[in-house]
Order: sequence, then structure tokens, then C-alpha cells
Amino acid sequence: MDSLIQYLISSFSLGGLYALMTLGLVVVYGILRLINFAYGELVMVAGYGLLLFGNTDLAWPLVALFSIIAAIVAAVIMERVAFRPVRFGSANTMLITSFAVSTLLQNVTLLAISPRPQAVRLPSFFVESITAGNLRLRIVDLASIVVSVLALVVLTVLVRRTTIGIALRAAADDFTMTRLLGVRANLLISVAFAISGLLAGIVAIFWVGRSSLVEPAVGLQPVLIAFIAAVVGGMENLKGAVLGGYLLGFLWVGLQTWLPQAMLDYRNAVLFGIVIVILLIRPEGLIRPVYSRERR
Amino acid sequence: MSGSARRSPLAQIAITSVILCGILIIIGLLTNTFGDRVLVRVVTVLFINVVLTVALQIFMGNSGLSSFGHIAFMAIGAYSSLWFTLTPEEKNRTLPDMPETWIMHGWHTDFLPAILLAGGVAAVVGGLLGVALVRLRGASFTIATFAFLIVVHTVALNWDPMTRGSRTVFGIPDLTTLWIALGAALIVVVAGLLFRESPVGLRLRAARDDEDAAASIGIHIAWVRWVAWISSVFIAGAAGALWAHFITTFSPAAFYISETFVVVAMLIIGGSGSVSGAVLGAVLVSLSSEWLRRLEGWLNQHRSDGTIIGQLIPIELRGFAEIVIAIAMIIILIKRPAGLTGGREVGWDSFGPRRTVPPGMPIANVPASAQE
Repeated sequence: MDSLIQYLISSFSLGGLYALMTLGLVVVYGILRLINFAYGELVMVAGYGLLLFGNTDLAWPLVALFSIIAAIVAAVIMERVAFRPVRFGSANTMLITSFAVSTLLQNVTLLAISPRPQAVRLPSFFVESITAGNLRLRIVDLASIVVSVLALVVLTVLVRRTTIGIALRAAADDFTMTRLLGVRANLLISVAFAISGLLAGIVAIFWVGRSSLVEPAVGLQPVLIAFIAAVVGGMENLKGAVLGGYLLGFLWVGLQTWLPQAMLDYRNAVLFGIVIVILLIRPEGLIRPVYSRERR
Repeated sequence: MSGSARRSPLAQIAITSVILCGILIIIGLLTNTFGDRVLVRVVTVLFINVVLTVALQIFMGNSGLSSFGHIAFMAIGAYSSLWFTLTPEEKNRTLPDMPETWIMHGWHTDFLPAILLAGGVAAVVGGLLGVALVRLRGASFTIATFAFLIVVHTVALNWDPMTRGSRTVFGIPDLTTLWIALGAALIVVVAGLLFRESPVGLRLRAARDDEDAAASIGIHIAWVRWVAWISSVFIAGAAGALWAHFITTFSPAAFYISETFVVVAMLIIGGSGSVSGAVLGAVLVSLSSEWLRRLEGWLNQHRSDGTIIGQLIPIELRGFAEIVIAIAMIIILIKRPAGLTGGREVGWDSFGPRRTVPPGMPIANVPASAQE
């Protein structure tokens, strides 16, 4: 029983992060049909934000806030500089552009800061845990559950109730039509990227908080998971992204808990293998789009 | 398209083959005559890169789908070529964790059959994976190939008996000479050109340009994609075998994301729509990254010596080549999305209209500014 609760908490905590991460990817994909490989570098930007702002004597909440803002700014600049000029290219052109942007940012960080992992100053609650009965619960796990649920609720309200949210959803269905109805494309895309950066920033704080280290490749593992969760959940809708994210969180923690010791090193391979099998059965992902427009 | 006096496809393939192979042979001969040992090594890698980039072109250029998984097949080819070429004594040294009782341990063969077998292993793995892959489209396809890269990387890091795990394998016999690499490049270039105009290649390109229309005239899209996919990964596996027996020492880190980036960059910079583009991209990127690496070393030397030039450099330079290639690639994607060759073959329809539309995109979707 205790181990089950422990498992559920770990899974919800990790799954929540993955869900936010995946949402950040899908919110852009929905409009531009762009799989942003450089999304991991937004996590990296926020991670280094924690490092750089953390070395000043700012209070920690401000450090976190500034790091998230750094990720948002990076996302918007990224769109303006690299993706806007190729927006009318094929989906492939955009995909490869994002791969180039990702490599560029990682290597610039490598050059300008350091290729080595660096320790980030974090408040003490990141390493503390509380004991309840036989359970030892890490506060950071509980906090990430709360924050991810909160972020999901806020985002849902935003997408369902506000004008810009409705425009975002409309654009995901039919971008051309949305533009014809007078929605400004550049603004909408910038907003999508800003949301994407915001989510990457939130994820970065908890992700870096898990190891308290930041390195140029820090965004790799979360972005991989987000890719896979997005494909598994169905690329085109936000519900699928959340479902895919949580599913992968549960799978990952499950593999970590129940995979025999000898197989533990293979858990990446097992996870991605499972994903290939899911794709074989449902190539369009778990949640099929009601109204699908593959950009070709 | 150009006027009535078009050459037959075979004649055009012959002309392009002669030009591309001629350029590669001249590079090989010049290197052999005038180059020092370092240059011979650089050009050997260049030829292996040509093999790899054309392998990628065969699939990406004709199908319009992007694969980020080809380096995984290169890894499969590299490791499996070790199993095939090393004698039992050599295996004891290079792959000490492989049990002597395994059939694999006792058996070995010559280099040439080993290259083909290595390609074969890659093709078998790729063939199985391909059954799932060809059903995917667009971004999902690319992500699945990327997932496969990670699967292979993880397995290579942990499968000690077969790969020595994360440790470096060393003592691999140095069998890939300049001439063998050149020979492989020539064969693959001609094969790529033939494939492009073959019935499968033509059907695949039809499906790339308009999937629905292609399906409506009875093209079995999944099948033609699958054929191109296994042909492509076969060559990538063979390139891995060539590379392994050239570099003679490597670890799983040699086959991962930055290598994937370099080979994709080669293809995109040259132009994924043509074999000429793949060759051009491989030659340009190989030579310029070598040159940039030397420049980086030279600048760092000046910096540590504290000369006047050195004082201008505030930090030790790292990954200079990658940064420059990434920027070059972004500029090309913006300014000339079909690559430097624009998807045309050299000596092919030289007077026809220039193709500025990247493969995989129907003309109707292109903004008027990109249509000439």
C-alpha cells in the first residue's frame, strides 16, 4: 500500500512535469506544425538563468521568476529570428531549422559558459522531505504536483475562456481561416511561443531542482520525453499532450521501480521501444484528432 | 520543364555520374599525390561522409520524410563489423566481455564481406523497424527515428559482451584505405542516381509531391517507402563498417545527436533533392569543419601563448565548427530551402527552370515570392 502511494506520488510528480513539457511543444505544433527541437534549449536557458541569477543575492522566488522570464524571452526571440523566415517553408524545413537552432544554442552555451555540469543554488525545501507514517515524501515532488496541476488549470481557462485562447485553438484547427477572420498571425504565434517558453521555464525549475546541476545538454532528456509523449498522445490536441505526458511519467517511474536491476540501464531503450509499439498500433496517437489537417 | 530535346534518363544519369565520380576521383588522386598523412585521413573521412550523406539522400530526398535515425544504423554497422572482422584473439582484446563460447566469438571473415554483412545487419534491423515507420507521416516519422537513435545509443552503452559498453573499443584493424573509401563513395553515388530514376524512386517521389494523387494511381506508398528505407539504412550500416575500420577506436558517444546533426547538415546545405547536393554538402561540410577545427586550434594556441591575436580571444574556443555549420544551415534554410544545388543534379536539364521549392512541398502551398 505504502509503495503504491509512493509510486503514485512519484508518477504524478514526474508525469505533471512531462505534461507541461509536452503542452509547451504541442501549443506551437498546433499552429505551425513545427516540432521544436530547440524546445530543450528553452529549459537550458531557464536552467542557466537559475545559475546566473542564483549567484546574485536576489531572493529565490525572484531568481525563479527571472529564469522563467528568460525562457519566455528566448522563445519569442527564437521564433522571430529563426522560425518566422521559414514559416512558409515545408514542415520539414522548419523541423530541420529547429534542429540547427538547438545545436547552435547548445554549442554557444558550451563555448560561453562551460561544457561541465555546474551546481545551482536552490532553497532548502528542494532537498527536504516530510515523513507521514511509513511514507517519506519529498517536498519537491509534492510541489511539482501542485504547480503542474495549477498550471494546467490556468492554461485550460486561458484556452477555453479568453479571446487569445480561442484564437489559438481555432488556429490549430485551421490557421488560414483564422487569419481570414482577422486574427493577427504574428501576434498569435508569438503568444504560442511565449506560452511554450513559460512552460519550459516552469519545468526547468523542477527538472534542475531534481539534480541541482545544469549543463548544456540539460534539456535533452525532458525534450525527448515531450516528443514521445506528444506523438503518443496525438500531436494535434492539448488533451492528448497532457494524457501522453502523464502516461510517460507513470511508465518511467514504473520501469524504474519494477524493472530488474540488470535491465535498469536499458530503461530508456525499453521506454522508447514501448513507444514504437504504440505507434505501430495507433499511428495517429492515442487521441485521434477530430479535425485533422496534416500540413504537406 | 525544358524543351523537346531532353536526354533519356539513362544518358542523364551517365552524365551526372561521370561528373560527380570525376570530381571525387580527382580529389582522391590529388590527395594521394600531394597530401600529407593528415590530409589523407581528412579526405578518407570525407569519402565516408559522402557514402553516409548519399545514404540519407536516398531516403530523405526521395520520400520527403526526415530521418534523424541514420546515425543509429551507422552505429549498428560499425559494431557489427567488429563481430565479423576480428579474429578470436583480437576479440579477446577489443571486446573482452564477449564469452568465448559464443559462435560469434570464433567466427570471422574478410573485410569486404564484413562490410556487406554489417550493412545487412543494419538493413534487417531497419527492415523490422521500417514496418512501423512507413505508416507514420511528417513529424511523427522523424520523432520515431529519433527515438530509435536513443534506443540504439542506450543499448550500445550497456550491452557489454557485444559493444564493451560505454568504454572505448580499440585495436580494430586499420583496413579502410583512401581507395576503399573512394570506391565505396563512387558505388554509392551511382547507386543513388540510379535509385532516383528507378521505378521505385519515381513512385516514391510522386508520393512525396502528392500523397493522395500518388495513392490514387495505385502506388503502394508504404511499400516504396520501405524499399527506400532499407536500401538507405543498408548503406548507412556499410558506412559505419568503413568508419570503424578507419578510426580504429570509438565508443557509443561517437554515434549520437551531434553526429546526426552533422550528416543532416551536409544533406540540407547541399540540397536534399539530389545526389549532387548530397555530394556537394558532404565535401563542403567535411572540408570546412576540418578547416574550422584547425583555425580553432590555432586561435587557442595563440591565446595560451598570449600573443596579440590571442589577447583578442577572451575565452577558450570550443565547438567552433558546430556553431558555424549551424548558422550556415539556418541561413541556407531561410534563403535557399532546397539547398545550394536547389535539388537539381549536375549536368541535368541545365537550361531548365531552377527549382527553389524544397522537396515534400506541393507548389500550391508556396508563397508567390518563392515561385519564380
